[in-house]
Amino acid sequence: MPANPTPNRVNDFVIKIGTVNGTGSASANGLLMKAIFRSGVPVVGKNYFPSNIQGLPTWYEIRVTRDGHRARAGQVDIMVALNAETYARDLQEVVSGGYFIYDSTWPRAALLKRDDITVLGVPLARLCNENFPGVRTRILMKNICYAGVLAALTGLDLDVIRTLLAATYAKKPQLVDSNMKAIQLGYDYATANFSCPLPLRIEKMNATDGHIIIDGNTATGLGCVYAGATVGAWYPITPSTSLMDAFKSFADKLRVDPVTGRKNYIMIQAEDELASIGMVIGACWNGARAFTATSGPGISLMQEFLGLAYYSETPTVIFDVQRVGPSTGMPTRTQQGDIRSAAYASHGDTRHVCLYPANPEECFAFAPVAFDLAERLQTPVLVLSDLDIGMNDWVCPELKWDDSYQPDRGKVLDAEQLKQVERFWRYYDHDNDGIPYRTLPGTDPKGAYFARGSGHTQYGGYTEDSKEYQIVVDRLRKKWLTAARLVPKAIIDSNPKNDIAIVTLGSGDGPAREALARLRAQGVHVNYMRVRGFPFGEEVEAFLAAHQRCYVVEQNRDAQLRALLTLETGVEKSRMRSILHYNGMPLTAGTIVDGIMAVMESRQIAPQLVGTKT
Amino acid sequence: MTFMPKPKIAHPDLPRNALGLTRRDYEGASSTLCAGCGHDSITAAITEAVWADSLEPQNLVKLSGIGCSSKTTAYFVSGAHGFNSVHGRMPSIATGANAANRTLRYIGVSGDGDTLSIGLGQFVHAIRRNLNMLYMIENNGVYGLTKGQFSASADLGSKAKKGEVNNQPPIDPVQLAITLGATFVARSFSGDKAQLVPLIQAAFHHPGFALIDVLSPCVTFNDHEGSTRSYSFTREHYEEAVHTDFVAPAMEIQADYPPGGTLPVTMHDGSRIMLRKVDPDYDPTNRGIALERIQQRMREGEHLTGLLYIGTDQPDLHGLNDTPDTALSHVPYAQLNPGPKALAKVMERYR
Repeated sequence: MPANPTPNRVNDFVIKIGTVNGTGSASANGLLMKAIFRSGVPVVGKNYFPSNIQGLPTWYEIRVTRDGHRARAGQVDIMVALNAETYARDLQEVVSGGYFIYDSTWPRAALLKRDDITVLGVPLARLCNENFPGVRTRILMKNICYAGVLAALTGLDLDVIRTLLAATYAKKPQLVDSNMKAIQLGYDYATANFSCPLPLRIEKMNATDGHIIIDGNTATGLGCVYAGATVGAWYPITPSTSLMDAFKSFADKLRVDPVTGRKNYIMIQAEDELASIGMVIGACWNGARAFTATSGPGISLMQEFLGLAYYSETPTVIFDVQRVGPSTGMPTRTQQGDIRSAAYASHGDTRHVCLYPANPEECFAFAPVAFDLAERLQTPVLVLSDLDIGMNDWVCPELKWDDSYQPDRGKVLDAEQLKQVERFWRYYDHDNDGIPYRTLPGTDPKGAYFARGSGHTQYGGYTEDSKEYQIVVDRLRKKWLTAARLVPKAIIDSNPKNDIAIVTLGSGDGPAREALARLRAQGVHVNYMRVRGFPFGEEVEAFLAAHQRCYVVEQNRDAQLRALLTLETGVEKSRMRSILHYNGMPLTAGTIVDGIMAVMESRQIAPQLVGTKT
Repeated sequence: MTFMPKPKIAHPDLPRNALGLTRRDYEGASSTLCAGCGHDSITAAITEAVWADSLEPQNLVKLSGIGCSSKTTAYFVSGAHGFNSVHGRMPSIATGANAANRTLRYIGVSGDGDTLSIGLGQFVHAIRRNLNMLYMIENNGVYGLTKGQFSASADLGSKAKKGEVNNQPPIDPVQLAITLGATFVARSFSGDKAQLVPLIQAAFHHPGFALIDVLSPCVTFNDHEGSTRSYSFTREHYEEAVHTDFVAPAMEIQADYPPGGTLPVTMHDGSRIMLRKVDPDYDPTNRGIALERIQQRMREGEHLTGLLYIGTDQPDLHGLNDTPDTALSHVPYAQLNPGPKALAKVMERYR
């Protein structure tokens, strides 16, 4: 076997498994990842799946990371290649010194030749054909069998796997036995034929106590239940669908009235995204907490209605799980491509409050924040996650709920309060914060008003008068300044001695933090800011202004975050240099480090001197 | 149209409804439509029906899209909330509003362009969901605000004001709705208040989607020789198949109908719709017969009017979703928040 590239690879390596979509490999991959997590070792799971139901190649990547990184590594140490169609590319992807495992029932000695890696053949199909009846069962068991091979090679505790299987199939014990049998077959074959464990192996730690594995869409759906959302309207679209599925499955358990058995929520599958956003606007206008989930194409379709919600000042909550654009793009790949279109969605002078969660725990926490802001500010709030956050498995601290939380329903006058006022004027700025008062249908004739997308006065009447029109849109601008004080503040990690910084948002956080650590190890000290909301708070501009150079790291081609920072702050564009990644795969720390180092080298400055004020 | 605001003065002798309110209490802002517009007659009929039904003004919700018809929700019941949304999308706003609070009464006013062209998708899906609302189409066969283009309901051979002849077949919302399974489908004429007012009352008490397609001539762009939606043409070519009387629960005792000629339909709230069949062969509870007769008369160039189809056995949006009888928007947060213990239990699955 070739030497390992680094001496200590215990709990620090990447396994990638290539299979055929629809063959049941997801459960084996989940089992492996969970077993490593249960061994106390942090993991990162990435699913690279096709927009397909059955037959196309699919991969799952498990990064074992003793340092608890939260990004893709960008290299593969152990490749489990179970799809002959992709053998050639899978072979090329293995890092020098790595391992390539394949089904040697059909030997490929000539094809699978690389001098710098170890090829391990395991006759998975033969083992399963000899031990299981039926074609479908054999295919499924082959995909469990490799989990046994990997367990032996990496020294994973079989008892942990057995416990997990027992929990998974608690209601079908016969499945525990057959799955365990397949695992044992693979385990025994590997133990008998290879020197196990490899230097790339698992050793138990206790770094995952108090943690869970969850995806962002599940966490958001749960967050909406806790935020008190009662109306969900949506149109199916990858990668947001699982968010609505999660909301429904949690609500079915947690929102059923114990006495009547009736459901304290309603889910409406709309005919398209135009209808789903219309339903959300109608429900929020009528006093419910309502939301929708969508992705880029849906955001495009919702533009007209977003303008109506902005101008009629109707609370609206949209979760945008971004995917690769433009157009249909690559529906099962990740990107931060909607930053600009979400911020200014719709015609005319429109601008929208946006939140940018970085991980599932923030997806959960931002759900009530989104509803609070939408109702406080009476405006649409768009929560922009992406496919990487939404659909991949993340190790997170356990989600906690502060029971003292009370929803901020904003300035809503009830019948009693209406009695106290002489007249109700829907769009009048009583409090000088740009936020008017609203009423709900059914309250009192005194509070009735006519919501409209056409020109209106501050009193709520129709207008085509220049001055009256301008009073309202100027107040909306004032409300925007209030919004900048209310959105979640940027996370800043900075040392006044450093004059360069990384600026990112959303799923750029994991790779950026890892990059900061790697740069620090090379003697390069860099400050950090993660933007969490739009409009930008004062701290964002102050941070940018305090640095000679900011590397704006984002996952799109056109530097959309930098465009927003340029438009919305007074900081000159030349201070912000883009590091862009937009091929659809989740960002890695390496991309950021390479990007920064390339600039430094091109400027012929010794790295250790850059970033530190003398 | 008028630029003078209406004074809110009620003569002491004006008739009052059960709430002690006069018709003036159900009026809205002054109409800005053309003098003689059919839509204004419909506005008057809605005002009359809501007053007669003694509905508290704040318990009505008025929804509309874009167009002349959609403006009219501002012209009745100013004590009710209204939402004038975007073109063709009123049904989705109505769906969301109704989902949030099922205890209010919803009226959507739309036009033939708003419903049958840009809004056809949302219209048919609101029917599929049996959304509990009254959906009024003020149907004039023409785009008024953009000055006289044909709409999707314009009849074959109908002549535009500038002489152009329509050569595309119309979409008939009534036949479409019956085909899709709508549970209350009616057609009327803006000039026939005696027919329209009880239809509106009945529709309000129907526990599901109620469509009233009202032929409503456009005096400016579609009231000329050669038009099939002019006042004179409509008057000559419409025929009542079924006459509707609405009987509120409180009026039950006074209601006196001869047996045989009437078909009473009892609503969930105890009110009754009394259908008097002008055409004895017409059966408004049979979709097939209804469609056949509508088409037969249409071939003869006639519009059949009245409550053309009614069915009362289908659950509405809330029935399909098993929500509480009270408004979801009014469920206290304490009942919506599962609490930290429930969350800790949920977390077990993810450990």
